[in-house]
Amino acid sequence: MIEFKLPSMGADMDEGKLLEWRVKPGDPVKKGDVVAVVDTTKAAVDVESWQEGTMHEQLVGVGETVPVGTVIATFLEPGESAQGVAKRAKPPTAAAAAPAPAPPAAPAPPVEPVAAAGRKPVSPAARARAKELRVDVETIAGTGLQGAVTIEDVEKAAAAPKTGADRAAQMRKAIGAAMSRSKREIPHYYLQEPVPMARAVEWLARENEKRPVTERLLMGVLQVKAVARALAKAPELNGFWTDGAFRPSAAIHVGVAISIRQGGLIAPAIHDVERKGLDELMRDLTDLVARARAGSLRSSEMSDPTITVTNLGETGVESVLGVIYPPQVALVGFGRIDVRPWVEDGTVKPVSMTMASLSADHRASDGIRGARFLAELRERLQHPEEL
Amino acid sequence: MKADDIKSRVVEIIRTVAPEVEAGEIRPDRPLRDQVDLDSMDWLRVIVAVHEKLRVDIPEKDYAKLRTLDDWALYLQPKLERTAG
Repeated sequence: MIEFKLPSMGADMDEGKLLEWRVKPGDPVKKGDVVAVVDTTKAAVDVESWQEGTMHEQLVGVGETVPVGTVIATFLEPGESAQGVAKRAKPPTAAAAAPAPAPPAAPAPPVEPVAAAGRKPVSPAARARAKELRVDVETIAGTGLQGAVTIEDVEKAAAAPKTGADRAAQMRKAIGAAMSRSKREIPHYYLQEPVPMARAVEWLARENEKRPVTERLLMGVLQVKAVARALAKAPELNGFWTDGAFRPSAAIHVGVAISIRQGGLIAPAIHDVERKGLDELMRDLTDLVARARAGSLRSSEMSDPTITVTNLGETGVESVLGVIYPPQVALVGFGRIDVRPWVEDGTVKPVSMTMASLSADHRASDGIRGARFLAELRERLQHPEEL
Repeated sequence: MKADDIKSRVVEIIRTVAPEVEAGEIRPDRPLRDQVDLDSMDWLRVIVAVHEKLRVDIPEKDYAKLRTLDDWALYLQPKLERTAG
């Protein structure tokens, strides 16, 4: 029997609310199939299977919130029969589970009797259910006696889709937690390197002139590919820091920082960047941005990035020194592309430039490797036709 | 198509990319990208949508001519008349 656990969906997501099962008991499941849809603070995520088998039992109900790592279903292995496989007890919901240490400053609200003075009337059972489902009872309109909040009201509120403001507030909190952890645990070092962009800009303009509007490329795609090419010279920047050790990744899955229009950001992966051409990367990026903004991503896109690229230069800043997204060990930033004075052979001339930066984890690499990476990145961007 | 109609079509298209924008909010004489949060990917999506909905091709070198909604109307009007004729 295979235990199907709620996978990690990034450092800032430690739980998920089950929105929908996509596979029924008895259905076959292939690797990569979407098993369930889970709501996180950042998006509704399609949870993919990483194993082959047959859905045996769903252990979590729609509307329930469980921590990452919870067994949410069991699969029968290929060839295994349902007979003889015992049914399992359902796992506790997130609120009842042992982990998730609550900050000491926020004790659980005491269970109040119905119609306590000055407070919203909430039945103790409804309050307990609200705690279980992680709903704030104070925000629920009651339909019970004297406007009391009932269990049904709580369940209805829990099942309702999050509003934009809710999601934005939760995302803010999640980003804050992940970035605090990053700054607490990761000894960052930062490097910057000015990169002449004239060749890349000219090459892109020539290329896009030949292309129909639907096939045009963006500079961001060249930059992402150049990062992947340059990583070949600095493998200690690509991978994860887990359990006290660096685990390099052979594949290069680049997380691209995408801002969400209602606020916040998300950095899902473009997979296997080193193996893809610019056209394929452009299609992938277009699709990823559209889905990230629509709040519909796949679990592998959330958990797989081996490095992140941020292009904050789009908004006009000269350079960006980013905060690494754990458990990754590096983040590459690009500032805006500007014409600046550049000295070559003793003369000053105007040249299109960008400031490339690297934030890297000193546990996994040293500055000299980072410097080599940035030099290689600069070199790759001088040969856009080879990307 | 009249200039005002072109502008409202363009705003409609921008709203498919940036749904938070209110139609009456955009000043036609002020730079669009100062008023609407559009990165290069959003901008490309607008250009592609104009191509699909209005059947007008906009070469990349013309992007710089499209700073304001008034610019859009001025740029698209002759092209749309040609298609209609």
